[in-house]
Amino acid sequence: MKDLITEIWESIRRNKLRTCLTGFAVSWGIFMLIVLLGAGNGVRNAFNSQANDVATNTVQVGGGRTSEPYAGYRAGRRIRLTEDDMNRIKEAFPDIVDDVTSTTSISLTFTYRDVHVSGGLDGNFPSRKDMDKIVILHGRYINDADIKQRRKVVVLPENVAEKFLDNPNIPAERMIGKSIKAGKLNYKVVGIMKSDETSTSVWLPAPYTTVRDVYARGQYIDELTFSFHGLDTEEAHEQFEDGIHAVLNARHKAAPDDRSAVWIWNRFTQNLQMNKAGNILNKALWIVGLFTLLGGIVGVSNIMLITVKERTHEFGIRKAIGASPWNITKLIISESVIITAFFGYIGMVLGMIACDILDKTLGQSSQDIMGMTIRIMENPTVGFDVAIEATIVLIIAGTVAGLIPALKASKVKPIEALRAE
Amino acid sequence: MIDLNNVNKTYFGAQPLHVLKGIDLHIDKGEFVSIMGASGSGKSTLLNILGILDNYDSGEYYLAGKLIKDLSERQAADYRNRMIGFIFQSFNLIGFKTAVENVELPLFYQGVPRHRRHEMALEYLDKLGIRDWAGHYPNEMSGGQKQRVAIARALITNPQILLADEPTGALDSKTSEEVMTLLSDLNRTEGVTIVVVTHESGVANCTNKIVHIKDGIIGNIEENKEHHASAFGVGSIMK
Repeated sequence: MKDLITEIWESIRRNKLRTCLTGFAVSWGIFMLIVLLGAGNGVRNAFNSQANDVATNTVQVGGGRTSEPYAGYRAGRRIRLTEDDMNRIKEAFPDIVDDVTSTTSISLTFTYRDVHVSGGLDGNFPSRKDMDKIVILHGRYINDADIKQRRKVVVLPENVAEKFLDNPNIPAERMIGKSIKAGKLNYKVVGIMKSDETSTSVWLPAPYTTVRDVYARGQYIDELTFSFHGLDTEEAHEQFEDGIHAVLNARHKAAPDDRSAVWIWNRFTQNLQMNKAGNILNKALWIVGLFTLLGGIVGVSNIMLITVKERTHEFGIRKAIGASPWNITKLIISESVIITAFFGYIGMVLGMIACDILDKTLGQSSQDIMGMTIRIMENPTVGFDVAIEATIVLIIAGTVAGLIPALKASKVKPIEALRAE
Repeated sequence: MIDLNNVNKTYFGAQPLHVLKGIDLHIDKGEFVSIMGASGSGKSTLLNILGILDNYDSGEYYLAGKLIKDLSERQAADYRNRMIGFIFQSFNLIGFKTAVENVELPLFYQGVPRHRRHEMALEYLDKLGIRDWAGHYPNEMSGGQKQRVAIARALITNPQILLADEPTGALDSKTSEEVMTLLSDLNRTEGVTIVVVTHESGVANCTNKIVHIKDGIIGNIEENKEHHASAFGVGSIMK
């Protein structure tokens, strides 16, 4: 082994400039691969962390319009969900569905002192707090007593509270206990929750019963939200969604297979699709990176061919004094692998440093786009697994690069030794 | 030691060239033989076949009792390594290796451990009187010194035969004489079987037996125990 390394070192030493120039192409290829994958990971992480604010095992269902005539009704009929649908869902899927809540909403304008904010009230149940992963910063969320007594209370997102206070020096906490006007009525602020940065509209949670009765919504509800458990595969989810359609369509006299009579938003399948998109992105980046690396590999192959040509006489001598073809092949392939691996590692280290710089700059900044705070990247680095994968890629690449030159070298005839230079 | 029975070799090119036309040759262990012939006589081809560097078409070649025919490349390399020592006209030392590293090389391909082969290489350099030059590169040495390194490299595997292809071709006549004296000493004291291929009568005269080859056929075989066929530089074309 030491002999082999000595031999290779002697060979590389004689062609320093040539080796370095080719090595640069390999470094560049791996550098690009690492930076691309790092940036890709950053985008994915940013995306995921924004999406993770919501529990993945919840489904929202709302009324839509029928797309086909059924049971004597024409197509395009509006379907409105009612409180009964809540119980139907619970009864139809007792093993899967945990907790069904309904939402009834009303649009209005909120006023606090001189500040007006247009938005609406979402009449919600307390269990929505867990389903939506709502983080309460101060005070509390809607509770059962609010529901029972139909209290006129609301929870403010932090950014709305700050808007009402209209003074950056006053903490949002001060809004608790204050009354804000929703339309013509006063509501008491009972809690401050973390604001949802992915949304621009202002919908404030209030007790379901309050909104239902104060605004005379009757039995009609806008959305059903429920959590469920025990479904792992995409197929199971599809089946579950089909079941929901079937149950609700039957109750509202829409065709059993009409997918637009009610809409279903399943966060799990949403997430699954996002993951799929992420994986495709990752694959695309690998391909781009590998093609960049290919240029470097061709370069290494090229100089190895030149080296072999220059050393034909030497290989002839080696063979005449007893080197087997494999000895020569091994020499060339090892040289190719060592050049590729060495320069590849330089590229990998530089790439990781670049990812780190990316993390310290772009990774820390966030941008406000149309009122939403969006982080472009979060932790844009590659893991240990990618480093190992890249190492394997390098060794394979080096072997491939050295293969043709090595075969050429191993075919040198020992008679070459007798040919005078 | 060497037995050639009706060996034929043809080079197939645009015009097929029948180079060796049935060579029969027998060389015993411990002999010091020269193969002499003009260029184009087939002596280089014969040497290539003797050295397992090239194949022959028909006939038989036995080296130390082993039939050398249709060998795989790996096997041929192994036989060359263990049974044959080569001395070339242009020395054929590897330029980026020192004298001692060049001498070590055949042992490297035998898988001899580093220390052992280094010691042996130094020993052989010592035997040839150039131990002081062990750490020098070939381009720092004179032609005679280089050929001594090459001889040390040829001897280090303790081969059955030593094949020398115009060993003095690149040397002046004084050094040529020294090298030939060295070879005949090796033959006399160590009993090494040596085959020298040359077109110089002066070189051939140093050997004990001269095999003349002409147009691919062995001509007369001259016993030359007295070494009076032709003195160095006398009766031959001066270099």
